[in-house]
Parts: sequence; C-alpha cells; structure tokens
Amino acid sequence: MTEPSNDLATNGRVLVVDDDAALAEMLSIVLRQEGFDSFTVARGDLALAALRDYKPDVVLLDLMLPGRDGIDVCKEIRAESGIPIVMLTAKGDTVDIVVGLESGADDYVVKPFKPKELVARIRARVRRKDAAAPEHAETIDVGDLVIDVAGHSVSRLGEPIGLTPLEFDLLLCLARKPWQVFTREMLLESVWGYRHAADTRLVNVHVQRLRSKVEHDPEHPEIVLTVRGVGYKAGKV
Amino acid sequence: MARPRTPGGVRRALTFWRRSVQARVVASTLVLSAVVITAVGWFLLQQTRDGLLSNRVDAVVTEAAGETNEAELRLEATLRTEVDITRQIQDLARPIIARGETRGFSVVLAGPVDDEVPLTGGNADSSAGLDLSSVPVTLEQRLEEPGATPAWTYTSILTRGADGAGTPTRTPGIVVGSPIRLPADGRTYALYLLFPLDEQAETLDLVTRALLTAAVLLLVLVAGITWLVTRQVVTPVRMARQVAERLAAGKLTERLRVTGEDDLARLAMSFNQMATNLQRQIRQLEELSRVQRRFVSDVSHELRTPLTTVRMAVDVLHDARATFDPVTGRAAELLQHELDRFETLLGDLLEISRFDAGAAQLDLDDVNLADVVRRVVESTRPLADQRGVSILIEDGGQPCLAEADVRRVERIVRNLVTNAIDHADPAHDPSIVVRLGASATASAIAVRDYGVGLQPGESAMVFNRFWRADPARARTSGGTGLGLAIAVEDTHLHGGWLQAWGRPGEGAQFRLTLPRTSAVPLRRSPLTLEPDDVRPARGSEPVR
Repeated sequence: MTEPSNDLATNGRVLVVDDDAALAEMLSIVLRQEGFDSFTVARGDLALAALRDYKPDVVLLDLMLPGRDGIDVCKEIRAESGIPIVMLTAKGDTVDIVVGLESGADDYVVKPFKPKELVARIRARVRRKDAAAPEHAETIDVGDLVIDVAGHSVSRLGEPIGLTPLEFDLLLCLARKPWQVFTREMLLESVWGYRHAADTRLVNVHVQRLRSKVEHDPEHPEIVLTVRGVGYKAGKV
Repeated sequence: MARPRTPGGVRRALTFWRRSVQARVVASTLVLSAVVITAVGWFLLQQTRDGLLSNRVDAVVTEAAGETNEAELRLEATLRTEVDITRQIQDLARPIIARGETRGFSVVLAGPVDDEVPLTGGNADSSAGLDLSSVPVTLEQRLEEPGATPAWTYTSILTRGADGAGTPTRTPGIVVGSPIRLPADGRTYALYLLFPLDEQAETLDLVTRALLTAAVLLLVLVAGITWLVTRQVVTPVRMARQVAERLAAGKLTERLRVTGEDDLARLAMSFNQMATNLQRQIRQLEELSRVQRRFVSDVSHELRTPLTTVRMAVDVLHDARATFDPVTGRAAELLQHELDRFETLLGDLLEISRFDAGAAQLDLDDVNLADVVRRVVESTRPLADQRGVSILIEDGGQPCLAEADVRRVERIVRNLVTNAIDHADPAHDPSIVVRLGASATASAIAVRDYGVGLQPGESAMVFNRFWRADPARARTSGGTGLGLAIAVEDTHLHGGWLQAWGRPGEGAQFRLTLPRTSAVPLRRSPLTLEPDDVRPARGSEPVR
C-alpha cells in the first residue's frame, strides 16, 4: 500500500508509464487540469524505481514499451504492491486485454480514448482513498474469512491475505450482501464505477484472481460462487 | 427418404462391398473363372464320356454280332439232330448265358417276335437274376418289325439276387438286340445281350472327381492370386487415402513412403510433390495473412497513439472555446466534430481489415435478441428524437434466443437501426418498426423504415463498402459507409443471413437471421424479408 498523498491540494498522484513523449505530456496537461499530480516515465525498466520513489496512487501503464514490456512491468508491480493499475492499450483485440488483466491490471482504456473517460477510470481507482474511514471497527465474516472493513484487510484464522484494493472491494461488495446475486454489470458499476455497460471480462478475470488468493481450491470455490447465467454471490458465512 | 430397413449384418456387408475394391475385384474374378472353369469342365467331361461310350459300343456290338453268328452257326449244326423247339431254344440260350456269366453280360432270348407277347409275359429265357424290364420296349418293338436288323440302345440293367429276391440293383448298360431265326419252327426270336457299363461309369466318376478337385483348386488359386495382386495395388492407394485425409485435416507434413520405382512409387512421388507444393502455398498464405494481421495491428498502434494525443488536445481546446474569439472557437468545434468522424472511420477500417485478415473471433453466448434490441433502441433514442423519428418494437413476447457474440450482434442491430433512422422520412412517415421472430432453429430481427426505399437491384449493393444510394445526396448521420459492410461480416461470422428489401417510395426492410445454435446451419428465417404491409408487386426481387 502506498502512503497517503503528501500534497493535499491534489486529487491524487498518477505515475504515467508511456514512451510517446507527446501523449505523455498531453496526459500530464489533462491530469493537471483535473487536479492530479503526475510523473512520467518513458521506459518500462524504469517504472519500478519510479513507483518506489514517487509513491503514486494510480499507475497508467502503456502496454508497448521500450526497455521492458508493459505486461512484465505490470507483473513486477503486482509482485510488490497492490497499487491500482490502469492499462493503456492500442489494441482492442480480445487477447491483449485479457493478458493485460490477467497480469494484474485493474482496468483498461483503449486508445484513442476521450480524456473524460480516462479521468473517470482514474477517479474510480482513487475514489476509495477519499472515502472517510468508518468510525467504528466493522468486520464481516464470509466462509472462514474475516474482513476488516476499516483496516482494508482480510484474514483467515488470523493469517492476513494480501489482496489488491480492487480485489478487496470486489470481495467486500459481495460479502456485504451475501443473500444477493450480483450480475457482472452490477459489479462493474459498484466496484469499477462504470455508469453504463462495459466489458464483463473485467469481472471474470478479477474473480479468477480473487479466487486464486482466497479459495482453498479455486476449482471448487466456496467464498465467491458462480450463479450460472446470472453472475456471482458470496458463499455461506 | 424411407428406405427399407436392412439387418445390420447385411448393411455392414454391403458397406464393405461398396468400399472395398479388393473384395469386388476378387469376387468378380472368382465368378468369371467359375463360369469358364465350369464350361471347360463340362466340355471335357462330355468328350470323355462320348469317347468311352463309343469305344464300348463298338466293342459290344462286335461281341454281340460274334455271339449271334456263333449261335446261328450252332443252330445250323444242330438242325438235323434236334427238332424239338424247346430243346432247340435251350440249346441256343444256355451256352450264351453260360458265356455271359463268365464274360460279364446278361442274356435274354425272347419268344418268337411275331407272337406280339411282351417280353415280360414269361415267354423268355434269361440270365439268372435279370429283371426283364431292363430291355427297353422301344428296342423290343424295333425287333418285332419284320426284317429287323440288329440294334443297340442304352438302358439301365436291373438285377436281383440269384434267387430273384432282394432289392434290385440298377446299373447303366448297353443292350444289343439281334433277331435269330430258329430252324426248328422257322420263326424269328430276339436275342438280347445286356452289357453293363460299370467300368465306364467308374472311369467317368474318377474323371469327374478329378475335374472337380482341379476346378476347386484352380478357383482357390485364382482367388489367391487376385487377392495378392489387388492388395499390391490397393494397399498404396489406401495409404494414399489415409495420408490425403491427414493432409486435409491440416497435418501438412504427412507424406507417403516411396519404395521402388514402379508406377505406384511414381504415384507416391507425385502425391508427395503435390503435398509439398500445397504445403508451401499454404505456408505462404499463412505468412501473408500473418504479415497482414501484424500490419493491421501495427497500423492500429501507430495511428492510435498520436490520435489519442490529438484527441486530448482537441478536447482541451474545445473545453476552452468560450475564451477564444468566435472564429477560433468555431474552428475548435469543427475540429472536435471531425475528429469524432475520423475516429469512427479509423475504427471501422481496422474492424474491416481484421475481418479480411480472418482475425475476427466469436465470443459465443446465449443471447436474447429482444434484450439487445431494447438496449440498442434505448441508446439510439437521442438520435431518433433529434430526427423526429419514432421507433416501435414488435416482439411476440417470447424470448428470441440465439447463440451469438453479444457485442457483435449489438453492433449489427445498432447499424441497422441507425441506418433506418438515417433513411426514414419524418415528413412522410416517421416510424421505424423493429420486429422480432423466433423458431426452433433460428431467430430473426427485421428493421423496417418508410423512407425513400431502394431502387431495384440496390438491395444487394447496400452491403458494399462505402456504397451510397445517391452519390449526390449528402450524408446526414456522419456514418462511415462501412456500417452495413461490417454488419454483414459480423453476420457471416455467426453463420447467419443479413438481407435487404426495398422499393422506391415504400421504404426498406433489413432482416438479420441468426441460427439458434452455431452448429445447425440456417434453413429458413422466422420472418419474411418482404414486409406484410406492402402489396405484392410484379417482378419483385426474389424473397427467400
């Protein structure tokens, strides 16, 4: 987890990893207009150092990078941090997006994107930081897991399980209403902040990632259950 | 296709017969050889029998003539010493009978021929145990004619045991009849000598058995040789078939094994040559396709990144246009608007080239077309309201399911609906009707507008890339001209149909038909292509 931003005047700090100088500059202009602080890295192999140094709230990551491929950078970042990652991809093809999501990205935008669309994605990722922490300590049980809502942590028999903020949100969303079946569209709206229909593969990929962390046997899930033809729901307490 | 049911075994045998050249060649060779061998065998048998019999007949006739002569001589000699008829007959018959017993023939001496008493009437002397019916009646009648000469014929000799009891045995034989004049009473008697053909029958049996054995062995040999020969020819053919099947299944490295230099080896070599050429061609095409895909992907990336920068810059300018002077502000607006068009066009072009490269993939799911239609109509309502067009959905209330890629189907429907909005005529009839239909095997959507309609022959051209009904007419909606071309590609990807109907002044209808499941090919659409609300026209375009 990153530290809270030191600069309270900004909405958040964004690390932009993109090799196209013009686009990177344009991105910083737009982000500044929207009240974000930003820092640009042009090479994939410099991204990790910048991440440690700059401590951003969100990473904007281009998939085609010199130095190191965006997918590898994504995996490296995931290996040491749960920081939200939004992929920038020029390829709208199915495979690239799924590979990107599977390597750990939380969300993606396909070039050419509208600036408002991108900002909405970034806001959705940093939004949680602005939400005031609940006053009282709230815990929710799902299966043999205990979710500490205020502490943003999940543990099984006292052993903490490392989830990214997005995975935490996803699990919390399901666990808060264990009686309800969530469609993929509902999850996209409440977890990713999409106002209208978007790519439901986002949900599929992240449910897989979440299961691989919290389930005893991801092949036979007990925490996040699939309701065929409808969506997902939380397992029994 | 009601065919009589055949038992499984018979059907399997018939299938084997149809499929196996070897079985057919062996069987037909066998049948032909059997016919020839039978004919030859029958001819040989016939020749042998005739030869054997004619030899025997000659011998028998000579012997009978000898006996008769001798009997006549003896009668001449006893003429003077004996006048009693019975004695004379006995004297005549006994030596012949006795000699017959030692030499193996039977004798019948029948009473005077002009008595007209049948032989079996008891008026005859004969060898012991001989049944008198052994002498054919025809021969008997022949000798009864006055002035008859010796004659012979075939017969079957019936004999009993010496005491006349027991079961009679029948053997083939020759009977020779000769008239003998008895000096005692001056009347003619008939002397029949019956020679058995035992030996000849045995010889013939032997020959027949030998011929039969030879025929069977010959047939087995022929079958064996044919089987071997056809096997040598058929085996390489079968191997070629297997390799060809594997090649067809995409295993391009499969080759035939070439042994020797004969015709079959050369066939195998030519086959392999063909396979190599095919493989090279396919590799080339694959390489081309790969390069094409790569190019599309590169163009996509290379164009999209600067376009993103431009897009963001334009948005910044556009947002700030209130601070510009009116001319610059308008320019920013135009820039924004045209950039939208440019983006849509680029997106459509990339989509089309993805279809051309065969890189488009389906993400199949069970889709309720009614939901898709409602979503699309909802999202196009702003455009429709702006044009003063109203959209009506007519569904039968039942779900309209198809196994489809929801993203693509939505794109098709959106293309059809925006196209209808573009071509609707608010001054005349501002409504658009979207109809849904479903059957067990297919689901369909028909989008009907009441605009200018289509000229004859245009209904096929509307799906062409960048086609315009009227080149002079301004494009109103800012469509790229690729919408329907993409829609048709999307439809074909699903194995569906996208067809257009239209008539000048009566509007147009576009019908999308998708198979219920991707495995079952389409036969007919649940909706008619020509709308129900038009009168049938003469010479209208063919409607499926």
